[in-house]
Amino acid sequence: MKLIPCPLNGLRNAEEFVCGGEVQPEPDASQLSAADWAQHVFHRDNRAGLVREWWLHVPSGYWFIAERDTLSDRFLRSYPASELFAKRTPVGPAEPGDR
Amino acid sequence: MPIGLLKYGLARRYPARRQFPPERPLKPVYDIVIIGAGGHGLAAAYYLAKQWGLRNVCVLDKGWIAGGNTGRNTAIVRANYLTPEGVRFYAESVALFRELSQELDFNILYSERGHLTLAHTDAALRTARWRAEVNKHLGVSSELIGVDEIRRLCPVLNLSEEARYPVLGALYHPPGAIARHDAIAWGYARAAADMGVELHQHTEVTGIRRQGDRVVGVETNRGVISCARALQAVAGSSSRLAALAGFRLPIVTVPLQACVSQPLQPFLDPIVVSASLHCYVSQTPRGELVMGGAVDGYPLYQQRSTLDFKETLMSDLLELFPFLSEVKVLRQWAGIADMTPDFSPVMGETPLANYYIDAGWGTWGFKATPVCGKRMAETLATGAVPDLLRPFALQRFDSFRQLGERGAAAVGH
Repeated sequence: MKLIPCPLNGLRNAEEFVCGGEVQPEPDASQLSAADWAQHVFHRDNRAGLVREWWLHVPSGYWFIAERDTLSDRFLRSYPASELFAKRTPVGPAEPGDR
Repeated sequence: MPIGLLKYGLARRYPARRQFPPERPLKPVYDIVIIGAGGHGLAAAYYLAKQWGLRNVCVLDKGWIAGGNTGRNTAIVRANYLTPEGVRFYAESVALFRELSQELDFNILYSERGHLTLAHTDAALRTARWRAEVNKHLGVSSELIGVDEIRRLCPVLNLSEEARYPVLGALYHPPGAIARHDAIAWGYARAAADMGVELHQHTEVTGIRRQGDRVVGVETNRGVISCARALQAVAGSSSRLAALAGFRLPIVTVPLQACVSQPLQPFLDPIVVSASLHCYVSQTPRGELVMGGAVDGYPLYQQRSTLDFKETLMSDLLELFPFLSEVKVLRQWAGIADMTPDFSPVMGETPLANYYIDAGWGTWGFKATPVCGKRMAETLATGAVPDLLRPFALQRFDSFRQLGERGAAAVGH
């Protein structure tokens, strides 16, 4: 069984994890054209080599960032999302009553 | 024994036919460059030469003929898809497959077995009924059948109501077939080479030369070649090649594993699929069971096999065929599959004017080999995408017109 390093739970079985896809810059949805939105939603770099991805440890519901090599199937580093994202992306209207 | 045969036995040299001509140097200019010598690329080359008289064509591959997913799939042919666009497309493919041994003068061991998609839940039954109705509407033979009929078609299947997930019914597709996948690539390659198409193995594309939004040439490890039009048909490496051409694709690359058992006496006629149990199995003419399941859990560019895959696959398969518990696995392998968000392929135009794409074939590309080759050849020859391919355009994602085929493609292959 392949083991995946989780920053919260240590090495755990690969079966306990779900890959959440490439880390991409969060676009400003209100400013985006349809084509740019399609790029963000569907299109991927899908790189062969070093990638940086979101991963979920399902039993603990913990999302984190992992860096791994898609050619060698090795996990190089995993760390909490707070290392990449200084602030949370707000969900919903920016200010109350701003709809 | 015919006397003529004795002559060959006594001769010093057996007059075996050379399948492919010896490799020549690359020419500086081709009308059409096809990147990828898998089934799809070779079929496109064949139809370009045969139907459109275009013979100044070369097929490049970084490996060897049919060394990628063409030789790694589980060789199932069927047309019982879910969307009308998909059913129409695959129905043409089945029709071409039936005539292919004759057309190529190469025995592809096409064997019509019937295809059973088992339903273990009410939701699966509903999807089966939906697919049967869409199929029949478009003239494809499919039927929702009950347990008694399944027992008649496949008496060895565990249809007990005591099973953990009892079988409630199945989508039965009589034209479902298996074929020898290598033979299809070799047959197309030989026929195309006979007509003057050049095959260049171990020729890796290292760059795409552009002028504005047009491709003017292809850089390879054996030199640069110019071309008027180019086609990429490189399942598993689609995103990497598209990146060289300068655009991104709605694709992630995920391994798909499969394995075969030791040879057994013939006992399994139909192809049996269970989407709920994530497994499918068929028996080859040699007696081996070809077994597979869903794709791996995360993206990877590696053709490795894992024990996890076989553990989960076997536990599911033994639900259907408990008596196989003592049978040994003989071979295992994996291919790397282009998974699209809507489980439909990507065919036709790209952001570059004279550069065409055949990608996104996920886990279901083998069955489309003839039709895709034929219609991509038409696209390359005329510069216009035929109506049959239009719904599969790369641009469908930009206009949010996805073609949801998950219900019929996710495990069915």
